[in-house]
Parts: sequence; C-alpha cells; structure tokens
Amino acid sequence: MSAEGGTAAVMRENDSLDLHAKDTIFGADFLADQDAVETFVKEAPGEVVQLEHWGCPWSRDPDGRVSVRSFGGMTADRTLFAADKTGFHLLHALFQTSLKYDKIVRYDECFLTSLLVDDGRVRGVTALNLYTGQVEVIAGKAVILCTGGGGRVFPFTTNAAIKTGDGMAIAYRAGVPLKDMEFVQYHPTGLPGTGILITEASRGEGGWLKNKDGYRYLQDYGLGPPTDKPTHRKMELGPRDILSRCHMQEYSKGRTFEGPYGHYVHLDLRHLGEEVINKRLPFVRELVHKYVGIDPVYEPIPVRPVVHYMMGGVSTDINARTPVEGLYAAGETACVSLNGANRLGSNSLTELLVFGSRAGRSAAEYARSQPAPQSARLSTLAADEQRRLDRQFLRKEGGRERIATIRQEMQKAMEEGAGIYRDEEKMQKTCMILRSLRERFNDIIIEDRGSIFNTEVTSALELDFMLDVAEAIANSALKRKESRGSHTRTDFPKRDDENFLKHSLAHRTADGPRIEYLPVTITRWQPEERKY
Amino acid sequence: MAEPTVTLNVTRYRPEQDRAPTNQRYTIPYKNDWVVLDALNHIKDQMDGTLSYRWSCRMGVCGSCGMMVNGVPKLTCAAFLRDYYPQEIRVEPLVNFPIIRDLVIDMSDFLDKLKSVKPWIIRKEEKPVSQGEYRQTPAELEAYKQFTQCINCMLCYAACPVYGLEPEFLGPAAIALGYRYNLDSRDQGRDQRQGVLMSHDAIWQCTFVGECSVVCPKDVDPAAAIQRTKVDTTKEWFQSVLLPWGQK
Repeated sequence: MSAEGGTAAVMRENDSLDLHAKDTIFGADFLADQDAVETFVKEAPGEVVQLEHWGCPWSRDPDGRVSVRSFGGMTADRTLFAADKTGFHLLHALFQTSLKYDKIVRYDECFLTSLLVDDGRVRGVTALNLYTGQVEVIAGKAVILCTGGGGRVFPFTTNAAIKTGDGMAIAYRAGVPLKDMEFVQYHPTGLPGTGILITEASRGEGGWLKNKDGYRYLQDYGLGPPTDKPTHRKMELGPRDILSRCHMQEYSKGRTFEGPYGHYVHLDLRHLGEEVINKRLPFVRELVHKYVGIDPVYEPIPVRPVVHYMMGGVSTDINARTPVEGLYAAGETACVSLNGANRLGSNSLTELLVFGSRAGRSAAEYARSQPAPQSARLSTLAADEQRRLDRQFLRKEGGRERIATIRQEMQKAMEEGAGIYRDEEKMQKTCMILRSLRERFNDIIIEDRGSIFNTEVTSALELDFMLDVAEAIANSALKRKESRGSHTRTDFPKRDDENFLKHSLAHRTADGPRIEYLPVTITRWQPEERKY
Repeated sequence: MAEPTVTLNVTRYRPEQDRAPTNQRYTIPYKNDWVVLDALNHIKDQMDGTLSYRWSCRMGVCGSCGMMVNGVPKLTCAAFLRDYYPQEIRVEPLVNFPIIRDLVIDMSDFLDKLKSVKPWIIRKEEKPVSQGEYRQTPAELEAYKQFTQCINCMLCYAACPVYGLEPEFLGPAAIALGYRYNLDSRDQGRDQRQGVLMSHDAIWQCTFVGECSVVCPKDVDPAAAIQRTKVDTTKEWFQSVLLPWGQK
C-alpha cells in the first residue's frame, strides 16, 4: 500500500503493447514467461481505467486525460500515478468501493495460519481471530492468496512490518512450489536506517544520484552520458538491479558517504525546484522532512539500496492457478512469471490489478463447479490445526530463545549471504545458519498467555513463516550458478542461458528446500544481451 | 559515561486479568533518531513480549499506530523521542474508543460510519471500461484531492470533543470522505449522501472546535469539509424555500 511511483499501462499513441512487453522482458533479463507478459500488457490499460471508474484520483493532464510519466527501464512515458501515493490511493479506492457490496464479508484482524486441503483440493483456511484467540475455519470452495511479499526477512527493507511472506509459506506448506525465490529486488533509494522508500518517481521527474564527491557516478557504469533532463533507460532511469549494484561498486571504491546506518549516497532533487517537488513529489518532501529532518528543496537526500520486492513467489499460471486445485494467488505473493529476474518499477501495481482480476474470475468459475465443503471434515482439519497452534504457540511451555533474537539473526544471515552480491561460500553459510535457526525456533519463549490480541503469538507465527521463505530464497540462490537480473554472483558473473534459462521451483521437505526447474516460455523475443 | 535512557509510561490493559487499565513504566535506551514506535518495538522485542499495539508501515501511510502521546493524538511512527526527552513519555490508547487490549482500540464504529456515507463513485449510468476514462481536469481533481489523503488513523476522532460526548456523531474522517465523493466531478451520488451527512447526528453537532484538523497528520482538514458541507446545505435549503421552482 505504500507503493509510491505508479502503475504502468500503454495509454498513449506514441507507445505500444509490444514496447511495453519488450521492456518488461528485457528488464526481467529474459526470465519472464512471455505469454504472461503479453497478457499483462494487453489487459493493463483496461484495469487502470477500471480503477479510474472506481474513483482512483489519478493525476491528470490539462485535457482531463490521466497523466503518464517516465520510469526506470521503460522506453516510453506509461506510468500512471496519483501524485506519489499511488499504492495508497489504489488501496483506498478499492477498499471504499468494496464497501458498496454487502456480499463481501471482511474478516478484519483474523490472522491466516493454514490452508485446509483435503483430497488435493482447497476447502478453506484456518485463521486466528485476534479478538478472541480462537482458531476459526473460514470455509471456501476456492481461496485466493493476496498477502504480498516478504521483505522483512531482510534487515533493511521498504516493506511494511506485516510483509512476512505468510501467503508464500502457507502455500509452500500445502505442497505448492515457490518459484524464482532467489530474485530479490533492491531499490536503490531507501532511507538509511528505516528503509523508508524514496520513490523512483523522484528520478523519473529528474533527480540525480551523486557520490560523496558530488559526481553523477552512474555514467561510469555504462549508463551515460549524463543529461540535464531525464532520458529513458539512461543514468538515473536505469533499472533498479543495475543501480543497486553501481551503489555497491561506489562503496567498494570508497566513494560513498558513511553514516550511523552504513554507506549512503545523495539523491539530489534541488534543481527540480520547489514547485515541481510540491506538485509531483509532495510525499517525498513530507517523508524526508518528517523522518530525516531535511528539506529536499534545499538539501540532497541520503539514500542506500534496500530490499524492496520479491520477483519470486507462489507458482501460478496465467490464470493465477496454483498446482493445488482451488488455490489461486496474485500480486507479489505470486510468481506468474511476469517479472523474471528483475521487475521494472510501476509494473507491480499493474500486475496485481491484472492478475488479481484474472484470479477472481478463475476462482469464481471454479467455485461454481464445486459442491459446498463438508463441515464435518472441516471441523476435523480445524481441530488438528488448533492442537498444532496450542502446542507450538498458544500454550507453549518453557523455551529459552527470544523471538526477536532469531528474527535478527535470520535478517543478518540473509543480508550477508543473499544480498546484492552473492557467492557460494557466503550462501552456504547462510543456508546453514537458517537451518540451525529453524531448530532453535522450536525453543522460543512465549510469555503472553492472553487470548485477546496476542501479538507475541502473531510475531512467532510470522517468524515461522519467514524462516520458510528465507530458506527458499537462500537455497534457490545457491543452486543458480549464474548472474541474471537481481541475482548477482561474484563467482559466476555471466548469464548462462544454456543451463539457467529456466525457473527454479523450491519444494518444501523436512530437510529444507528441494530445488527443481521449469522451462521459460519464449514467444517472440529471443534472449539477447541485456544492455542499457 | 552511562548511556542515556528515557522512560515510557505505557497503558496496560489485559481484559482477561485486569478490571481496569493500569500503567507500566519501561526505561529504555534513548536514541536521538528513534520515534515512540521504535521505543515500543524495543520494549516488545527485548523486555516484555506481552505488550500489544498495532503498527505496520512506519512511514505514516497505513494509519495503524495512532496513540495518545503525552495526551495528544499522534502517529507514533512520526513522534520523535527527542521532542519529549528527557521527560517521561506517557503513551496511551487513543481516547474516545473502547480499548481491546493495551494500546489497541476498537474502531469498528468508524467502519460502520464510513460505509454509511457511501464512499464510492455513484453514477446514474456506468460507462463501460472499453469507452475509456472519465475526463477530469487538474482543477477538478484539485477540488477534492485534499480529502482523499485520509489514512483512517482515527486521530481526529480522538481529538474530537463532540465524538467524545456523542458517540452517534458521524465524526470528522467519515464526513470528510463523504464530502470527497460529493466534490468528485465523476460522481453523481450527492443526493444519496446528503441525507446521512445532514442528519442531526452529523454535521450540525460540530461546534467547529477544529481540533480534528490540528491533529490530522495528512492535512486533510476535516473541519473544513464539515463547515463547507454546512454552508452548502444551508444554501440549498434557502434555495429550496425561496426558489421553489428549482432554480439552482
């Protein structure tokens, strides 16, 4: 919901669906399934118009059409935006419109704990009702997971606290493989410490990245030449994975600043002037003022790469179906795959609109063909889940490990072994640490015995999910012996299409993830070298 | 030299064991760049796992971490310790709401009220998506944009003296959101909303104290929405009485 920049869709005559598809596939370093990309670009314009009809306050051109702006890795202006609070406005437009429909029942503050799967089919979910502490069965002929990503497995992330990969882990436990989990996107411009996102739109509007000498360093990494006005796909409008690596290179050359939260560079907006900043980037000004105490109209903003997005997720097909019958997933939780090895900025909000809509239609169609779940069978499954939760969490006795200690050790291991630059040795170590944290997790202390709004139990459940997601990421990364998109290995610095033009699939086993592979769908764009 | 510390005096209420809310003091390391939410997270992670509160985005968008800080409704993600240090900081749940537990309030009343103002686009006839967007000029957008910024954080309800006395009062955020749709050039549902907005439980109770706009972290200015709705409504009433043949 905190997504700031915008939503990509072809809206103008000087743009085309093929261009949007090509940018997406290129940005993905050819790991995207091209049939999914073609569907995506085709359905994107209709979905953003649907949101417009539902009241989204898109920014407008003088003639009343929705405005579009440039974004990293895109060859044309195609990013719709609602100032710099696009995700927030999408969420509230959808939420408020949902209130119109009495048939939609919300289960607010029910914490999802498992999928009910019987005879290979989804029958609903179990959830911990935070108001009562009871495990409840929510029966359903079909279930759609829309739980977002899991950036919280890393120490510095733009993601909100609830982004703990719950939906991914729950599907993984129900036997659904997690696809392409090794691909984790760092956003080059987060605030040091908090990880709060400074939107890519600040570069789309013309912001500059400068090292400690005040030099626009991106020109040294093949992204130049520098121009005063932003040029599509050049300099600060290069893709996120490349910009994040450039930052790390500058750091290794000793050309970044050093602060209490480590290295950083400057994002300079001063030359844009107060009027442009107020009109197009008001939230950037507000955030930087409130959380850093400086005004970007007069001072550059300190920024560093922070974990932003997971390209991987619950393996789905073009209709948002997972391999478990009746289970669907959409958005960051899912991996269609649209984003391949690196997502382009402003494709994710569109992805959730397009595939959210497809998931809804697929699930509705499937549900119509299904009989109502048998309540006796559901009660048995739910009783099993209640016993599991009682034993492991709600009535857990003893224990020596603090939840936060294990969480912090997991985050540290992920940054060290599964960060921007990876190698065999560091990843091996991370995988081993994660295995031992899984063991130690059995020994956590839960002091809170209350039933009502027990957030110590939910913290433990979230950590349990995160450990699964972290292991899937680290082990998938270890097995991919090449560099592609966001996955950069110093020991295998080249892309290897011969052996790795394929999706990874992590399956959960008692001994950790088992990694298999799936071919990539290529329709019209043959792999070529990815140069900007 | 000893590390500087600061003390938080936090409301505790566990309905299964407490008959009424109590206070608990926690002394924690003081950090210049910490906000009250960082302090609460430190307490929960390192000292007392039983403390409950809501939070998520820590950047003023999700609206879930609102609490009373030294008696003033605040987003705790944006309330810096340095603005209170070295004094003890009092942290309480938002007032005017039932407490579920500790710092967690029950906001279901607001969700019912929000729904009652029909916060969605109402059209006499819906245009098919295939016919493209509704045109809306930047000026038309500007007319309602401010009122779209509401994050439903409930600070305005905690600050509102009328809501404190009259729980039936529709309240600042719900009125502002209803008004937002009335002002949207795409909307034709004003007649359906006016009944709720004009009812005696709603805008006429507001005495224009303006506290709601003072505490709003997003400059929504709900007090302005309430006053403008009053003016519009009065104007309409005069028009309907003085110009009964419907000139407007």
